Amino acid sequence: MVDTIITQGQTDVIGAMDNSEIDNPAEVESKAITHRDARDTVGEPFSKDPRMTCRNVNVFYGEKQAIHDVSLDIGANEVIAMIGPSGCGKSTFLRCLNRMNDTVDSCRVEGNIHMNNDDIYNKSMDVVLLRARVGMVFQKPNPFPKSIYDNIAYGPRIHGLTKNKVELDEVVESSLKRAGLWTEVKDRLDQPGTGLSGGQQQRLCIARAIAVSPDVILMDEPCSALDPIATAHIEDLIDELRQNFTIAIVTHSMQQAARVSQRTAYFHLGYLIEVGQTDQVFTNPKHQLTEDYITGRFG
Amino acid sequence: MNNNSTPSVEDRVRASLKKRYAREKRFQYYGIGAILISLLFLCVLFGDIISKGYTAFQQTYVKLDIYFDPALITPEGQMDQNTLIHGDYSGIIKQSLRDAFPNVSGRQDKRKLYSIVSNGASHTLRKKVLAHPELIGKKQSVWVLADDEIDMLIKGHISRDIPEEDRRLKDNQIQWVDQLMADGRIEKRFNTTFFTSGDSRDPEMAGILGAAAGSFYTLLVTLALSFPIGIAAAIYLEEFAPQNRFTDFIEVNINNLAAVPSIVFGLLGLAIFINFLGLPRSAPLVGGLVLTLMTLPTIIIASRAALKSVPYSIREAALGVGASKMQVVTHHVLPLAMPGMLTGTIIGMAQALGETAPLLVIGMVAFVVDIPGGITDPSTALPVQVFLWADSPERAFVERTSAAIMVLLGFLALMNITGVLLRKRFERRW
Ligand SMILES: Nc1ncnc2c1ncn2[C@@H]1O[C@H](COP(=O)(O)OP(=O)(O)O)[C@@H](O)[C@H]1O
Ligand SMILES: [Mg+2]
Repeated sequence: MVDTIITQGQTDVIGAMDNSEIDNPAEVESKAITHRDARDTVGEPFSKDPRMTCRNVNVFYGEKQAIHDVSLDIGANEVIAMIGPSGCGKSTFLRCLNRMNDTVDSCRVEGNIHMNNDDIYNKSMDVVLLRARVGMVFQKPNPFPKSIYDNIAYGPRIHGLTKNKVELDEVVESSLKRAGLWTEVKDRLDQPGTGLSGGQQQRLCIARAIAVSPDVILMDEPCSALDPIATAHIEDLIDELRQNFTIAIVTHSMQQAARVSQRTAYFHLGYLIEVGQTDQVFTNPKHQLTEDYITGRFG
Repeated sequence: MNNNSTPSVEDRVRASLKKRYAREKRFQYYGIGAILISLLFLCVLFGDIISKGYTAFQQTYVKLDIYFDPALITPEGQMDQNTLIHGDYSGIIKQSLRDAFPNVSGRQDKRKLYSIVSNGASHTLRKKVLAHPELIGKKQSVWVLADDEIDMLIKGHISRDIPEEDRRLKDNQIQWVDQLMADGRIEKRFNTTFFTSGDSRDPEMAGILGAAAGSFYTLLVTLALSFPIGIAAAIYLEEFAPQNRFTDFIEVNINNLAAVPSIVFGLLGLAIFINFLGLPRSAPLVGGLVLTLMTLPTIIIASRAALKSVPYSIREAALGVGASKMQVVTHHVLPLAMPGMLTGTIIGMAQALGETAPLLVIGMVAFVVDIPGGITDPSTALPVQVFLWADSPERAFVERTSAAIMVLLGFLALMNITGVLLRKRFERRW
């Protein structure tokens, strides 16, 4: 009986989420039943070697709850992909991890998020320090309207990471090299970062995040504004960065999730539905919603 | 399908296209028309001001043969500074005029003769003697200021055709002037006095410098106060203040203040700064304070708009690498918002420069001859000077009024150009 309800409501749910509009009250009702039945996370949300642990995280925008009771580990040196229909709370969850949600007045976060055993929502946790350890790359490339050099040097400068110009130069060079941008820009470091192409700008933003040597890098749909070649570049880059960083990436492209991540988490209407090894999630999803999402998109 | 009476989609689109283009064209013409009308008004305004005022930049001078009579300058023979200052220089001028026109007799006619040259002529002589005491006892030809009526006659502002009794300049005076002209003793020169002296009862000696200095000090005070306060308030409200009833209330009030008539600010300034705090009347300090109240809302509103226009992604980028809120503002938002803030400030300053009413209330309408040397000296301001001169009966003040307006407009243009240049400079950071 339960199964029938889920399958029946399914097409409606996906369809409604795609244009993220709910205009039929009856539909809302059927959805409510669907996700109430589906809210327990299936798969393996926990990791043996976690860098960040999230337990029972609830996020509210005012009265509206955007994340329901999500528990998930981000393992050390892994790339974890977060997928799901738009509006399901992927960004919201990601932004909890570096407390970027603090900037939204109406936003309230409940639950526990720890990083290396520090509660990041504890009063004693300095959010500046947290963001130095958890870097972020945004959906739209957003270099500062400053020179390429200053873009990279900004983080190390404000955190006092380098003692002198020579050290700073080294950090800039190594960050740009790791972001695969060095050869393209080494002769024009004094030119504005905003003058680069979209893909270059996004790699510049990645280099800017790397320059502070964070433990974790959060990426919120980093390729959604880029062309396929630039996207391939960034995907290669993510694979390389995995050796030194832990990466949590939100993506709307399932191919991308399959290509770059080791683990995949599927979100649906604010619930974490399924987590597992990427191969398993894509080839053998355990939850009906996951399967519908994956097949719906591929098919 | 085309055979049917219903036209094809293409035809219908084409028919509607025509209408759309026509509408577009019409709209363009409206726009061009609006611009032309404003340009016309502007031309009329400028044309009127310039045609009335350009003659004020020239001034008539009369050449007199002066005998620096020791009996009139140093009657007791001693040559100290004090005696030289108090010498009877107007007596010397009268003597020289009597010598030039020996036929003139009778008290009345003599008085008319003396009034050909300005009261300022004796200052010219005094200055000369103080600089060169050796002139005493010698003869020299000196160019002195003509009286404003003569100046008007020479410039053609007084018609010779109207009957004598309706003229302030009488027939015999005109005759003397014509004779002086014939002798080459009358000349128009660039009017330096206008740019180097303060106000005067005599139009030919009245200048704009005092009012300009007053405006300068007033704006200095205004800028020094309203720029930092306005920007700090805007930054706080836009970047730090929580969104609640109280900040909404403040916002509404700021918007309201921007629309309060300026005279109200003047009355407020009179009550608070002068009557309560005891600051000096007629001083640029108080004028600046009052104008600060007036320009603050403008600057705050413009600055907030500038801050709002900085894309949120820049803030996110900075926050994302761990910048504190203050660092986000000072390193990223402020530099990007600066052009807009400067524009707002310049607009506010330009408003302040042209503001008259509140300055009248706080006494900056006084007749001030001396050029103010600081923010507490009594002074007027450029627009008030315009007001004062426009109110004066002498014909020669008409052209000076227009000239003062030109100077005022010149300063406004200068400020706006500065604003544009500053903005360009800051915008290069993008
Ligand atoms: N600043 C905000 N204020 C209120 N609601 C928000 C805000 N940001 C996101 N939401 C809501 O939270 C839900 C999740 O949004 P989001 O995390 O952006 O989804 P995703 O990134 O998966 O597309 C959506 O329903 C969205 O409308
Ligand atoms: Mg998103």
